[in-house]
Amino acid sequence: MLAYILRRLLYAIPILIGVNLLTFALFFVVNTPDDMARLQLGVKHVTPEAIERWKIEHGYDKPLLLNAGAKGSAQFTDTIFFKHSAAMFAFEFGKGDDGRDIGNEIRTRMSPSLAIALPVFVIGLLVNITFALLMVFFRATYLDLWGVVLCVVLMSISGLFYIIAGQYFIAKLWNLLPISGFAGGIDGLRFILLPVLVSVVAGLGSGARWYRTIFLEEIGKDYVRTARAKGLSEIRVLFRHVLKNGMIPILTGAVVVLPLLFMGSLITESFFGIPGLGSYTIDAIQAQDFAVVRAMVFLGSFLYIVGLILTDISYSWVDPRVRLQ
Amino acid sequence: MLYSAFSERPKHLDPARSYSSNEVEFTGQIYEPPLQYHFLKRPYTLIPLTAEAVPRPRYVDAAGNALPDDAPAAAIAESVYEIRIRPGIRYQPHPAFARDAAGRYRYHALTASEVAGKTRIGDFEHTGTRELVAADYVYQIKRLAHPRLGSPIYGLMSEHIVGLKALGDALEKAARAGPDAVLDLDDFPLAGAEVVDRHTYRIRIKGKYPQFIYWLAMPFFAPIPWEAEVFYAQPGMADRNLTLDWQPVGTGPFYLAENDPNRRMVLKKNPYFHGETYPTEGSDEDRQVGLLADAGKPLPLVDEAVFSLEKETIPYWSKFLQGYYDSSGISSDSFDQAVQFSAGGDPQLTDSMREQDIHLITAVAASIWYVGFNMLDPVVGGLGEDRRKLRQALSIAFDYDEFISIFLNGRGIPAQGPIPPGLFGYVEGAAGLNPYVYEARDGNIRRRPIDTAKKLLAEAGYPNGRNAKTGEPLVLYFDTMASGPDAKSRLDWMKKQLDKLNVQLVVRGTDYNRFQDKIRKGNAQLFEWGWNADYPDPENFFFLLYGPHKKVGTGGENAANYDSAEFNVLFERMKDMDNGPARQQVIDAMLEIVRRDAPWIFAYYPKSFGLRHGWLENVKPNLMANNTLKYRRIDPALREARRAEWNKPVLWPIVLLVGGLVAVIAPAVIAWRQREKKTA
Repeated sequence: MLAYILRRLLYAIPILIGVNLLTFALFFVVNTPDDMARLQLGVKHVTPEAIERWKIEHGYDKPLLLNAGAKGSAQFTDTIFFKHSAAMFAFEFGKGDDGRDIGNEIRTRMSPSLAIALPVFVIGLLVNITFALLMVFFRATYLDLWGVVLCVVLMSISGLFYIIAGQYFIAKLWNLLPISGFAGGIDGLRFILLPVLVSVVAGLGSGARWYRTIFLEEIGKDYVRTARAKGLSEIRVLFRHVLKNGMIPILTGAVVVLPLLFMGSLITESFFGIPGLGSYTIDAIQAQDFAVVRAMVFLGSFLYIVGLILTDISYSWVDPRVRLQ
Repeated sequence: MLYSAFSERPKHLDPARSYSSNEVEFTGQIYEPPLQYHFLKRPYTLIPLTAEAVPRPRYVDAAGNALPDDAPAAAIAESVYEIRIRPGIRYQPHPAFARDAAGRYRYHALTASEVAGKTRIGDFEHTGTRELVAADYVYQIKRLAHPRLGSPIYGLMSEHIVGLKALGDALEKAARAGPDAVLDLDDFPLAGAEVVDRHTYRIRIKGKYPQFIYWLAMPFFAPIPWEAEVFYAQPGMADRNLTLDWQPVGTGPFYLAENDPNRRMVLKKNPYFHGETYPTEGSDEDRQVGLLADAGKPLPLVDEAVFSLEKETIPYWSKFLQGYYDSSGISSDSFDQAVQFSAGGDPQLTDSMREQDIHLITAVAASIWYVGFNMLDPVVGGLGEDRRKLRQALSIAFDYDEFISIFLNGRGIPAQGPIPPGLFGYVEGAAGLNPYVYEARDGNIRRRPIDTAKKLLAEAGYPNGRNAKTGEPLVLYFDTMASGPDAKSRLDWMKKQLDKLNVQLVVRGTDYNRFQDKIRKGNAQLFEWGWNADYPDPENFFFLLYGPHKKVGTGGENAANYDSAEFNVLFERMKDMDNGPARQQVIDAMLEIVRRDAPWIFAYYPKSFGLRHGWLENVKPNLMANNTLKYRRIDPALREARRAEWNKPVLWPIVLLVGGLVAVIAPAVIAWRQREKKTA
């Protein structure tokens, strides 16, 4: 197992270099260091000298990928790509274009992102599975039919609609919860409830329908017939046996996103005023802050790889037939 | 306590760097330059803030001999501003000033391990203060040239302040020699800024630059104590975002007590704030609306101001209506809900707003939007008579009165020239109209009929929109950054305007970077652009049309690349003149030239609309001042009562939801039981 994990982590290095290179190329196809300098310096009274000074100060005065004027390895190391990317493999993200430490920002913003994403993930998973199992329990009845219709309706509505409707009805019209905001500690609970509720409802349609499909596939299998023949109640069959055997595809979707919960949600955080990593990423894209964009893409890629490794490990736990070699 | 919001987190809070309005909203309350704008007086008037008086420049010739006030600008080698600040002004409490019993600074020699546990200024146990001295102002002027700060006004100021360019070069050389070394500004002299005595300093300006006085009211020229630089330069501070760019140290009425720009920023009353009082002078209208009710009271009138981050307009608007914010702007989504227009075209609040005792605040911004012609373009550019007539025809065709009505909900005034209302040089009514685009008819100002434009177009060589020589249709290109569904309707409108002349308009949409690049290189033909005033002087708008400031070649702010010799001469005269009839005469001549040459289609002066609740007092739009928070007054009891009244929880939806769930679950349970019985 340990050898497998180490091997997978080593595989991750070329992937991360590739992701870094791709991000770098995409970013600098649409932005030049001069563009970045102009955006940071504003539109008024910007002189060519000021742009040059900004580039020198922020390390954007070098060639992008290849320094033809340098000799030896410096041709590759004395470039914007190397200077801004090499340290990331030691998780040294450096400073954003506004001069603030990115690592510090990530550490600060991780908790608010998790405060929303973790309950949404756990509650969403429980609600989706329960709802799916209930539809399976009442399969081929009007409850199943209307349950599926409800799922399709919920799936068809834009996520933004849930946010706006939730804020309008629950917060503005009925004054039950704050519209937006965030606070640390127990005081923050009242701010978290609405985004969590909205996110769970927004994800219910697609989640429950998917799990229903998985469970319906399981319910036709021999072991289910055997369990019923043994005289087990339908509830026991579903929640003990079908649920357990349906865990592998559920884990595929669930565990892989687990590390990405740190990254937060772009829209939810923006609308509910959650100071998380999602809004940090959006702000950086808008501000053309390459240092932050690159750091967030790197972190996202790394966490995704971690998620995939965790998924593989979880397979071996839930299904003894799977062996990691 | 006052509650407000910000939609974009500030990037810089260092007064040498911050320039955006969302940054100055904070730095303006914390830092104090020597001068400020009078809160109530119009036209905008400079008054002392920390200075004892508004300084008058002393002029000297190249030999250093004193010149009279009315000396010709050409004879003036330097303008010398001597500023005396009031004694006894003290800085906010800050650990950079904290000293131990022996008088040594407590926190000026910290090790990385000692800084390790600190994440905010409040983590330092001890604080101190000290008196503001003239050297702090000189120190900040030097900081404008610091290469690691990248002050946005360094380029401009190095043209005006004696020796600033040389200082910048020296600092840059030193910074390159020691990339990690801290540069001690005291080791680098600046000829143009010197300390005269403890409370007096002197600034030397090259030649005559009367507009410099306005810069002295901006945070760029606020004092910075050397102790703060030493404190923040210690190892480990920057890694924790403990920098002067993030944790300001000022003498203003407020200090930044909580700085979490991802969530909220809190300003608290500076306990050491010097005794400024609410203005006692204002107009009769100010008195009638209660703006002088607090005259003479010590400032600030609120103890704390909480600014929360609200990126989206919908929650911001809803929270304002719930009373959680004391004031708000009006987004286009909520405009109809808030404002309606009377039969006479005056904006009024809707009944629902009035029921909530919400008040409307309107002001014409010291800004202009225009459509620029690239004067280097072979089709629309140049100063020939035919090109002038073409641009005049297009200026008539673009009906910005209609634009303001359709797209701005009436939030704008059709522009008659580059100078917006409220600034010296702007002339109200029929006397100030642009005669090439408007005319006075029946006592009203009306856009000239489209037939006039057609006639001008024909005289320009394009009868009925076709080239008289080749017969080819006239096709113009409009470069814009606008995109998306909202922009589409605007761009369609623009095309429609030229359809009236049978001229085709091709829209070339592009992103911000490419657009800037095209303008810089002079590759655009028509483009939309705007300008916000830095200070209330017509020079700050006319310089956008001054030939030597052309974008192409010089990188200046003249995006249209307009270069008229007669205009340039008048500009050089006007910029050095004091406001008065003689200056107005020159301005009138300049207006005539730019209206005739029409390098811009003068589109509109935007009008800002804002709302405030009845419990927030002393709100008067002041588009130049950035330190107006100290004048605000709140009636907290009224706010609490209104909030309680407006935000009573409605519980029936919960009951309904529970009932609904029971109604859905009950048949399911019954069905389940029946199934179980059947199985049994």
